[in-house]
Amino acid sequence: MLNLVKVVAQRLALGLLVLFAVSMIIFLGVELLPGDLCQEIQGQGATKETVAACRKELGLDLPPVTRYVSWLGGVVQGDFGVSLANQREISELIGVRLSNTVFLALIAAVISVPLALILGLLAALYRNTIYDRMVNVVTLTSISTPEFFVAYILILFFSVKLGWFPSLSNVSPETEFWERVYRAILPATTLTLVVVAHMMRMTRASIINLLASPYIEMANLKGLPRSHVIVRHALPNAWAPIVNVIVINLAYLIVGVVVVEVVFVYPGLGQLIVDSVQKRDIPVVQACSLIFAATYVLLNLTADILSIVTNPRLLHPR
Amino acid sequence: MSDSIDTTAAQTADALPPPPKQGRLSTAWRELKKAPLSAKFGLLVIFGYVFVALFAPMLTPYGESEIVGPEFEPWGEGFVLGTDNLGRDMLTRLLYGARNTIGIAFVTTCLAFLIGGVAGILAAALSGWVDQVLSRLVDILMAIPALIFALLLLTIFGTSIPTLIVIIAVLDSTRVFRLARAVSLNVVVMDFVEAARLRGERITWITIREVLPNIMPPLVAEFGLRFCFVFLTIAALSFLGLGIQPPTADWGSMVRDNATLITYGDVTPLLPAGAIALLTVGVNFVVDWFLHKTSGLRE
Amino acid sequence: MSAKKKDKANGEVLLEMHGLRIDGQAEDEWHEIVKGIDIILHRGEVLGLIGESGAGKSTAGLAAMGFARPGCRISGGSIVFDGIDLMSASEEEKRKLRGVRIAYVAQSAAAAFNPAHKLIEQFCETPVEHGKSSKAQAEADAKDLYKRLLLPDPDHIGFRYPHQVSGGQLQRAMTAMALSCRPDLIIFDEPTTALDVTTQIEVLVTIRDIVRQFNAAAIYITHDLAVVAQMADRIMVLRYGELDEQADTEKMMSDPQQDYTKTLWAVRSFQKQPAGAPTDPTPLIKVDHVTAGYGPVNVLHDISFEIHRGQTVGVVGESGSGKSTAARVITGLLPPKQGQVLVNGEALPGDYRKRAKEQLRHAQMIYQMADTAVNPRHRIREIIGRPLSFYLGMKGAKLEKRICELLDMIELEPGEFIDRFPGELSGGQKQRICIARALAAEPKFIICDEVTSALDQIVAEGILKLLDRLQRELDLSYMFITHDLATIRAIADEVIVMLQGRIVEHGPCKEMFTPPHHEYTDLLLSSVPEMDPNWLDGLLKQRQERGVMASTSSS
Repeated sequence: MLNLVKVVAQRLALGLLVLFAVSMIIFLGVELLPGDLCQEIQGQGATKETVAACRKELGLDLPPVTRYVSWLGGVVQGDFGVSLANQREISELIGVRLSNTVFLALIAAVISVPLALILGLLAALYRNTIYDRMVNVVTLTSISTPEFFVAYILILFFSVKLGWFPSLSNVSPETEFWERVYRAILPATTLTLVVVAHMMRMTRASIINLLASPYIEMANLKGLPRSHVIVRHALPNAWAPIVNVIVINLAYLIVGVVVVEVVFVYPGLGQLIVDSVQKRDIPVVQACSLIFAATYVLLNLTADILSIVTNPRLLHPR
Repeated sequence: MSDSIDTTAAQTADALPPPPKQGRLSTAWRELKKAPLSAKFGLLVIFGYVFVALFAPMLTPYGESEIVGPEFEPWGEGFVLGTDNLGRDMLTRLLYGARNTIGIAFVTTCLAFLIGGVAGILAAALSGWVDQVLSRLVDILMAIPALIFALLLLTIFGTSIPTLIVIIAVLDSTRVFRLARAVSLNVVVMDFVEAARLRGERITWITIREVLPNIMPPLVAEFGLRFCFVFLTIAALSFLGLGIQPPTADWGSMVRDNATLITYGDVTPLLPAGAIALLTVGVNFVVDWFLHKTSGLRE
Repeated sequence: MSAKKKDKANGEVLLEMHGLRIDGQAEDEWHEIVKGIDIILHRGEVLGLIGESGAGKSTAGLAAMGFARPGCRISGGSIVFDGIDLMSASEEEKRKLRGVRIAYVAQSAAAAFNPAHKLIEQFCETPVEHGKSSKAQAEADAKDLYKRLLLPDPDHIGFRYPHQVSGGQLQRAMTAMALSCRPDLIIFDEPTTALDVTTQIEVLVTIRDIVRQFNAAAIYITHDLAVVAQMADRIMVLRYGELDEQADTEKMMSDPQQDYTKTLWAVRSFQKQPAGAPTDPTPLIKVDHVTAGYGPVNVLHDISFEIHRGQTVGVVGESGSGKSTAARVITGLLPPKQGQVLVNGEALPGDYRKRAKEQLRHAQMIYQMADTAVNPRHRIREIIGRPLSFYLGMKGAKLEKRICELLDMIELEPGEFIDRFPGELSGGQKQRICIARALAAEPKFIICDEVTSALDQIVAEGILKLLDRLQRELDLSYMFITHDLATIRAIADEVIVMLQGRIVEHGPCKEMFTPPHHEYTDLLLSSVPEMDPNWLDGLLKQRQERGVMASTSSS
């Protein structure tokens, strides 16, 4: 048991280290900017004086390390600084949008995770049947398709032709829960379609891999009922790969939202980062990147730790 | 025991090799004929796209960014697929788009393979601190989602085609690195590599002559998959207005520019999106078949 | 025993397979791998199925359960088990037989036990799921069987997880599991192949006794003739999916009929002509007080030995004895922590990267797995040609001529083989190519690391003869590493016995095989199964008298 705790602690420490490194890349990446942020903002109309004033205001005259430390200190307390575009507190900009994005991703995850696991499991169990081959072609097609293509097809049918759902998912903090769900249906469906395909393929592959193990053959040769073989012998060893599949795809979701939010004009973090990139509002882009990256790192860390915790060899050391 | 029985048995037990194979071309042709329908379809699509990309100027009725009529003209004579938001011919831009979008994605993928492939094989062959440094670096770069990282870097460096290519190639090379390193590691531990080392061969000979030929099949398959990924990423960035910039014809930005038509039930903006999807589907089908073939029926 | 056997032969037929045909899938096409064989088994009879790899013996054995592995299908013939037609039986009917009336013991127990459950849980699920007994009864029975199979601490060992138990113990636990429902038939699929000889013997003894105690019938699948002679009442020899010969064990051992069977028996008869006493004053290779290992762990402890010109030194030991590590030290892959390796009295740098080309050239290596020892993407021409151009600077017609000479030397027709890829060769031919590659460097010394272990017996014999001939022609020295004493006896001039990183005995081959021995050498020697069907009984009696068994069974 001590061994297990040690391994988990190691992974946690490593995860923190990666987070730290990521924050550094995101912050110090700006140092690579040819010229200067202020020069960049003010463009051609910049004079020496205005640039200097701007530098002072943004603290650019301080050494990078100092700025990084104070930035990170702020981030830890939820203070991401001020937007260049409209001088608003970034944390204020992000707050509502973050919850919108999480809401959208959650709906997509709630639909897609069970759906993909069940369909993937079936494809693995009925390998090489017509069902399996169809699944292969359909999912391959689906993962090859850009999100915006799926999104516009859904809009064309369900909102333009049938008029069932709105093509714009504008929600505000006042919108009540079911109305939110209703408006988020199309973007969530788009995400689901893309993620399910990925997740199904991965589930299928890992289950097939598992079912080829000698101990599964042994269980079959012991005459155990199929359900027993699956539940008692396959499942306990399937947790690690399945958790991995789920987490990788949740991580995929947080990237997928960017495009989908833009198509449906959904007021989330993805929309914000795209707008800010266009305006070259660097502090906002940094803040959003950090949030996305941190989520990604934490998800992967969770998968890592869960697969360690479910490994019988580590659970019951010699 | 008489000696004669011994040797005949030894020969029969040991003499089961298949005859030397025929030329590679004829083998390839036979494999192709046996290929599943999806793979044939994929190959057809790829060849079609390559043809269009190569001969776009000869196939198009107008110039790439020539304004030839009113905006959002419907399908009909003169403009087979109508005109776009600035009054340029949709078909012309669609055909030129093949050239630009595929060309840029292809160059990017090649660059990604050059960087990631070389680094990955070297990391596996040299091991030790080179491997440690490269692997940790890649771990950290991969800890940031690719699209987000690309957005951040594009903000910093601005959006031009060369920066776009370099940024995406570098980000994608991390994935290539992982694969190249992993498959090379499988080869590097083989006895024939050890034999080459013990012979006193140099590291360049070992990587090029011993390792590289043995990791080609997975790398080729990966090239297809990475091309799709790069292609989709660039399309997504263009769609977001951050990738290939006007007036260059490009499918991602064409979707974006003409998206309003959708709300009127016009499918025109779906054409470039469909063009993207069709190519990636085709490539994926071929890669799937190739993987199936080279892994010898293994899942 | 022979009286008992007669009863069995007249006994009731338990299993009848006629014209059994099984196809295997390769490259989208079906190939027949079992080509119409008949197997008849009586109650309480032990049938030995023997054959070389690819003979279809495992596939045929599994078919007795009405089971075909994925990628295989039973395409013809009849399988009747105790009046039940398994070809027409539904999956559900077959499932009810499996584990209850027909049980299976797999080759690798470590892989066949589910890592997520305790041994006893995996024992109990068969009787409980099939409604044969309650969980508590099954557990009590498990402990009883563990005890009978001589597992240490039988009351508690079942509550361990598979990875917490040693390989030999796992194999016995699996046998116990197979017996949980007192089946009429047990299929043993190479149950001792993955074990070391000294462990193998304990498993063999317990398996044989328990099968007798419960009067179960068994199909015992193996490639090892001497093992099957101890276990089986009757032997069937399979070859290329067909039956070559079958007879009662004693008759089969004393009077084989078919040519192929005869060669199997004769394989172990090869004996090299002993080289004379070493004439050179300085040994070619001298390993001088070497201690080596990985990280803080030492695998070799202060090893010293010498190899003289024209001589073969056989290094024998079980897995983990450090015999391969010794080879790695000599080749320079693993620099020693202490001590050194000398060639002609001159010390070699510990790391191969610091050695001169000439030093590397003189020590060549031949590997166990010829498959991975040659680059599958290179033609034979390149494989053999590279050392020639690399070390000796040959090119053009001279190079071509030398490659052909080398191919002649290893008895492969140059015109036919020079442009082939390794994938177009059989296992034995690939090993010959490896030998040619080693010879191309014109070395004085070759390390042979288990070079015959992965080959079928007849092919291995051919390789040994070739090595012997080359040694005489080219005055080569070999360091021959193997776990197989029969091979050592055939080829070595001197023998080194290793145990846990130390040399426990060292001497001329002839002396090594005549007593008195070191205690471990004795155990090792006596554990190698012999062709005599009564060998195991004799050995047991001998060991009981001396009380050796008691000390080994706790390992």
